[in-house]
Amino acid sequence: MSQYHPTERGYYGSFGGAFIPEMLYPNVEELREQYLSILADASFQQEYQLLLRDYVGRPTPLFRAARLSEKYGATIYLKREDLCHTGAHKVNNTVGQILLAERLGKKRIIAETGAGQHGVATATVCALRGLACIVYMGAIDMERQKPNVARMRMLGAEVRPATSGSQTLKDATNEAIRDWISNPTDTHYIIGSVVGPHPYPDLVARLQSVISAEIRRQLREKTGSELPDYVVACVGGGSNAAGAFYHFLDESTVQLVAVEAAGHGVHTDKSAATSVLGRPGIIHGSRTLLMQDEHGQITEPHSISAGLDYPGIGPLHAFLADSKRAQFLSITDDEALQAAQLCSRLEGIIPALETAHALAALDQLPLKPTDVVVLNLSGRGDKDLDTYLRELHLA
Amino acid sequence: MVNRFADLFARKPSGVLNLYITAGYPSLHDTVPLLKTLAESGADVLEIGVPFSDPLADGPVIQQTSSAALRNGMTLKLLLQELQGIRQVLPDTPLLLMGYLNPVLQYGMEAFCQQTAAAGIDGVILPDLPAEEYAALYQETFRRHNLRPVFLITPQTAEARIRRLDELTDDAFLYLVSGPGLTGGNQTADHSSQDAYLARVEALNLRNPRLVGFGIADKTSFERACQHAHGAIIGSALLRALDGAADPHEAARQFVRSIRQ
Repeated sequence: MSQYHPTERGYYGSFGGAFIPEMLYPNVEELREQYLSILADASFQQEYQLLLRDYVGRPTPLFRAARLSEKYGATIYLKREDLCHTGAHKVNNTVGQILLAERLGKKRIIAETGAGQHGVATATVCALRGLACIVYMGAIDMERQKPNVARMRMLGAEVRPATSGSQTLKDATNEAIRDWISNPTDTHYIIGSVVGPHPYPDLVARLQSVISAEIRRQLREKTGSELPDYVVACVGGGSNAAGAFYHFLDESTVQLVAVEAAGHGVHTDKSAATSVLGRPGIIHGSRTLLMQDEHGQITEPHSISAGLDYPGIGPLHAFLADSKRAQFLSITDDEALQAAQLCSRLEGIIPALETAHALAALDQLPLKPTDVVVLNLSGRGDKDLDTYLRELHLA
Repeated sequence: MVNRFADLFARKPSGVLNLYITAGYPSLHDTVPLLKTLAESGADVLEIGVPFSDPLADGPVIQQTSSAALRNGMTLKLLLQELQGIRQVLPDTPLLLMGYLNPVLQYGMEAFCQQTAAAGIDGVILPDLPAEEYAALYQETFRRHNLRPVFLITPQTAEARIRRLDELTDDAFLYLVSGPGLTGGNQTADHSSQDAYLARVEALNLRNPRLVGFGIADKTSFERACQHAHGAIIGSALLRALDGAADPHEAARQFVRSIRQ
């Protein structure tokens, strides 16, 4: 068993576990007992693979970005998760979890969302399968990601604002967990990232691992080798990075680069760079790296990107950071904005603000002409156009 | 070894009133004086809430009092300092700390247990520390300091698990969550299913006494919960009564009277 798979109790090294109140125990235990057998079941796999192909539009292309390659002096491939139905990788997970929820007999779906991509992806599969859908979203995020709020409502989901704390992703997750406590029998909680109590981090990583499975196959077709020199992905909670890294975790020649949001800078009080600023702690049922004050109160992160301002990271990523298996870089709001403009103008692809952090990290890698880089282009930037036009003075 | 829980339940096998307040609320240094007022007014057990930024199992009232207490400057360190003299004030009332795991882990579990026990606190409720993790990691530390853990049971908890939680509890009580929902909610609206659940747990003949909490707000819901349990726990409704009160002590006395009259 790879050290990058969790133990029976859900630990990656010293990170993970299931620190949940007793009210959640029956639901989480049911999931823990059943998720592996359901995922391995032939009928599940048949339905899941069919939906990934015909509904999500997989496999997504692996695109050789010629002008970015020229600029950075290496061969750069973009894994086009932005071309997934709904515009981001998030739907890989929600398609899988909705099938899982059906097999658990659940009638009602709840989710949290930051940038709104996971909320849209959840609302989408709930419409597809005819299940009730409630999405919790920070009140501030509802304001800065209006197009996604509109999409969720068009799809028939109820969007409930989280008005406590920083009114962003952490607080939306708190409210979703409180909903689950209050609805203990008929509801499945579709967590959008590799966070939360065991088995969620492993469940979501497995459902996103299709990204790296495809990268290996596509890279072999294009270059003759399945293994790039670098895999680069942004990390908020870390689901697209987990999916992009998954089948490379045991390949020691592949350098894994996780890119966090520095906000105004890691030395300011407006940042979301958890691997730099965090210490081990408990958030949303998981022991992981956590931004907190000296008294163990969770602090409020900042990023211009609503998908990256989470004060923790998935326990797998905490383990990758702690064991130095992955290199963690951080990118400021301004650097991400510039990278989004660069990618738009060099490749004709408008990336999501989250993804723009990964693109900006190319500047920090010591690339050689022979290097092959795969960057996970996790989502498209339509939802961020207001921010781009305003911040880049294009309006 | 002194066991205030055993003494209490021997003396008073029914109608036990357990009251919860958030430490550092309404004002930073109100905690110890309010505990004294509540005990003198007729509370049998007192729970002291350690405020946390992200109280997942709590409803709006305790979320707000926790935020207010943190803004007032309450910390676990300050609370433990303030509690060091509590047994001169309240020699016999069973006292519990209730809080979330992260502030305790940052303080250090060993230091937390040592100083909690030194203050004469009897038990600890950490809702996000599951029984499995407690047994694997912290049971030895709790026992060494003669601190008693209190575990939650819900209407969904299976019988085998209830018995396991009862086994892990050493002469304290089991905390029966009254129904689906958060603290301060309206779980008790569905009387028949709540009565059936409490009667079902009563019939298990557990080793430890049982107190019912979540959504217990007044004399009616308190007495109803007491029919199939040794007593009940009130938090949010008391905190609502303290909110904005000109004299929180008078408000606390009135609140206890409204339950006990």
